[in-house]
Amino acid sequence: MEAISLKAQQLFTIGGFSVTNGLVLTLVVSLVLIVFAFILNKKISVMPGKLQSGLEMGVEWFLDLMASTLGSTQKAEMYFPLVATIFIFIMVSNLLGIFPGVGSIHVGEVPLFRSPAADLNFTLAFAVISVIMTNLLGMASVGVFAHLGKFFNFKNPIYFFIGLLEIVSEFAKIISLSFRLFGNVFAGEVLLTIIFFLAPYFIPLPFLFLEIFVGLIQAFLFAMLTLISISIHTAIHEH
Amino acid sequence: MDIDQVRLWATVASIVLGTIFPAIAIGFIGSTALKAIGRNPEAASKIQTAMILAIAFAEAIAIYSLVIALIVKFVA
Repeated sequence: MEAISLKAQQLFTIGGFSVTNGLVLTLVVSLVLIVFAFILNKKISVMPGKLQSGLEMGVEWFLDLMASTLGSTQKAEMYFPLVATIFIFIMVSNLLGIFPGVGSIHVGEVPLFRSPAADLNFTLAFAVISVIMTNLLGMASVGVFAHLGKFFNFKNPIYFFIGLLEIVSEFAKIISLSFRLFGNVFAGEVLLTIIFFLAPYFIPLPFLFLEIFVGLIQAFLFAMLTLISISIHTAIHEH
Repeated sequence: MDIDQVRLWATVASIVLGTIFPAIAIGFIGSTALKAIGRNPEAASKIQTAMILAIAFAEAIAIYSLVIALIVKFVA
């Protein structure tokens, strides 16, 4: 049976930097998204075809969802690039991770492709980016001292303790975001490896549907949790 | 008991104990959400979004215990 490895396996090194199979599929995902964006940009027209109108519906749905959480369409448009990029990138990487060829095409004994989110580095990077960006956006929105004042509040021993808990909760957010995505995708990979080993024909179908569903939900969830963080940090308190 | 037996028992115990409470929690979340939708069908989509978020939080705990089980079984 295929060896299940917690880390992404290294394919080759460039200088001292090791290129892993997770990194290869991440580059493929990036290329797919960039090429798709360029092709769509050339074909954009005032009278949209089916693909463009489908994508416009998707973007409008996401904007409405963000506006209903943030309160105003203007704020939704301001924070749309970050949240939508997180959503689209994680969704496409989860869906491409179930493609035929991922996990089965080998270079030597090591698979050439591996689902990107099954590598803790990928999910940890997204979680760190998300938490740092939400804090920076909070600082940009309410001011540096007001934002830092939430964490270091010297008015009261109780407020000071609450501020410390807020700092701990930011770090807990990094860990929980990264491990939620990693756990879901890695457990899905292990499950698919075992099922394909035991019963390769027809039986894996419900498990593949489950994996597609889980991939979509986890991408949506990561983006929504980032959005809720942004909405909490940029909320203007009226005292 | 040698280390392989302990490893097996640890994997099984981790997954068994780690999924009981998240399952109960998700049941509670779902049932409260359904009651809320029943009382106020107009707010159904807002309640649904909040429910999905809460379920994902609860499920993350079960995922933590699954990751530990996988690490114990296949890596350590």
